Amino acid sequence: MSLWQYANPVKFLALSERVQPVLWALAAVFVSVGLLWGFFGTPEDARQGSTVKIIYLHVPAALMAINAWFMMLVASLIWLIRRHHVSALAAKAAAPVGLVMTLIALVTGAIWGQPMWGTWWAWDPRLTSFLILFLFYLGYIALWQAVEDPDTAADLTSVLCLVGSVFAVLSRYAVQFWNQGLHQGTSIPVATGNRSVADVFFYPLVLAMLGFGLLFLALVVYRTGTEIRLRRTAALRARMNRGA
Amino acid sequence: MKALLLRDLRLALRAGGGFGLGLAFFLIVTMLVPFSVGPEGALLKAIAPGVLWLGALLACLLSLDRLLALDLEDGSLELLLTAPLPLEGALAIKALAHWLTTGLPLVLAAPFLGVMLQLAAPGHLWLFASLALGTPALSVIGMFGAALTVGIRRGGLLLSLLVLPLYIPTLIFGAEVARRGAAGLDASTPLLMLAGLTLAVVALMPFAAAAVLRMGLR
Repeated sequence: MSLWQYANPVKFLALSERVQPVLWALAAVFVSVGLLWGFFGTPEDARQGSTVKIIYLHVPAALMAINAWFMMLVASLIWLIRRHHVSALAAKAAAPVGLVMTLIALVTGAIWGQPMWGTWWAWDPRLTSFLILFLFYLGYIALWQAVEDPDTAADLTSVLCLVGSVFAVLSRYAVQFWNQGLHQGTSIPVATGNRSVADVFFYPLVLAMLGFGLLFLALVVYRTGTEIRLRRTAALRARMNRGA
Repeated sequence: MKALLLRDLRLALRAGGGFGLGLAFFLIVTMLVPFSVGPEGALLKAIAPGVLWLGALLACLLSLDRLLALDLEDGSLELLLTAPLPLEGALAIKALAHWLTTGLPLVLAAPFLGVMLQLAAPGHLWLFASLALGTPALSVIGMFGAALTVGIRRGGLLLSLLVLPLYIPTLIFGAEVARRGAAGLDASTPLLMLAGLTLAVVALMPFAAAAVLRMGLR
């Protein structure tokens, strides 16, 4: 018994059928409790007023936008090294989710930035690198759609994901060199433990972050199942056409 | 390798005017800038380094889809794949030929266009240096993009979408060198970063390009 047995599509589908209800239920509970607690159960910030509450959408979405790319990178590596189709399809399934998370982070940031910074958009390193990440997601998805043979598409997109990761990190530091930013540093540094967010805001935020993580997992498992079934339908169609 | 380089250079020089096209595009883009932002000298002076870098980058991008597509059409790409020469080396040579026919003319022309855009006098040398160091990176990164999209019909637009984000670090450092140089500041830090970036890409990208080319044409 090892993790690799779930590289078998049948076993993966069986597992996903079993865990999906749990994942969806947990995601729904964590997201709704985190967001409702955050929106209605926390006081307004002394200086930011009620706009502080956008943090419960912004931070979890931004976290998952980066983690989704990281998951795609790991899945691409698994595909390139061990040729497990489920892995390639999981990377494909995660890309649109990551794209939407990036978009949510950008839009909520802009909505918060307008009253707080006095501008919707600033060419700040963090904002700019998220925009670049958005472009990488777009290119990755476009390449998947453009290549017809599924295995070639998986190969090409995997290498693009690897090269893109290197350039995404490079861009991250290049833009920091290019412009010093407006965006505050991380509010919850894990390494030092000196977080600058007060407890009242922190606990619902943690719930929302967990909830977004679970939601991402549930979506990816669900979409991977869809991709596997799509692939099967295509194979069946091809067989039928050959027979007829 | 030498034969391949000469063949690519001859093809670029003699076949279909592809040689001057990038240069002409660079000229036109630069010429359109005063029309779009107005002819005030101070404004042009301020944006000249960035505009010239952007123009060079776009002119480089323009010729990328011809990089491998023509070889695929006439079958010489398959020959390269089966040739005793390592594919990585062949692609590096082809990127070099692309740089000699597209990048180098841009580098040489940039100072003249800088004059037209009122670029400050000390900026010319830095602009020249940054383009000379940066455009080889554009060619090899472009080779990766071209290898990625060579099997795709109408891959031109996709190629731009894939390659332009990869150009961002080069553009940042290159334009920063030119900007600081024009402003009379010390530009050696970004110049070193740019040189390091170019060396790293020249060393690594041919491998990535060869890998995706083998996958795409399996």
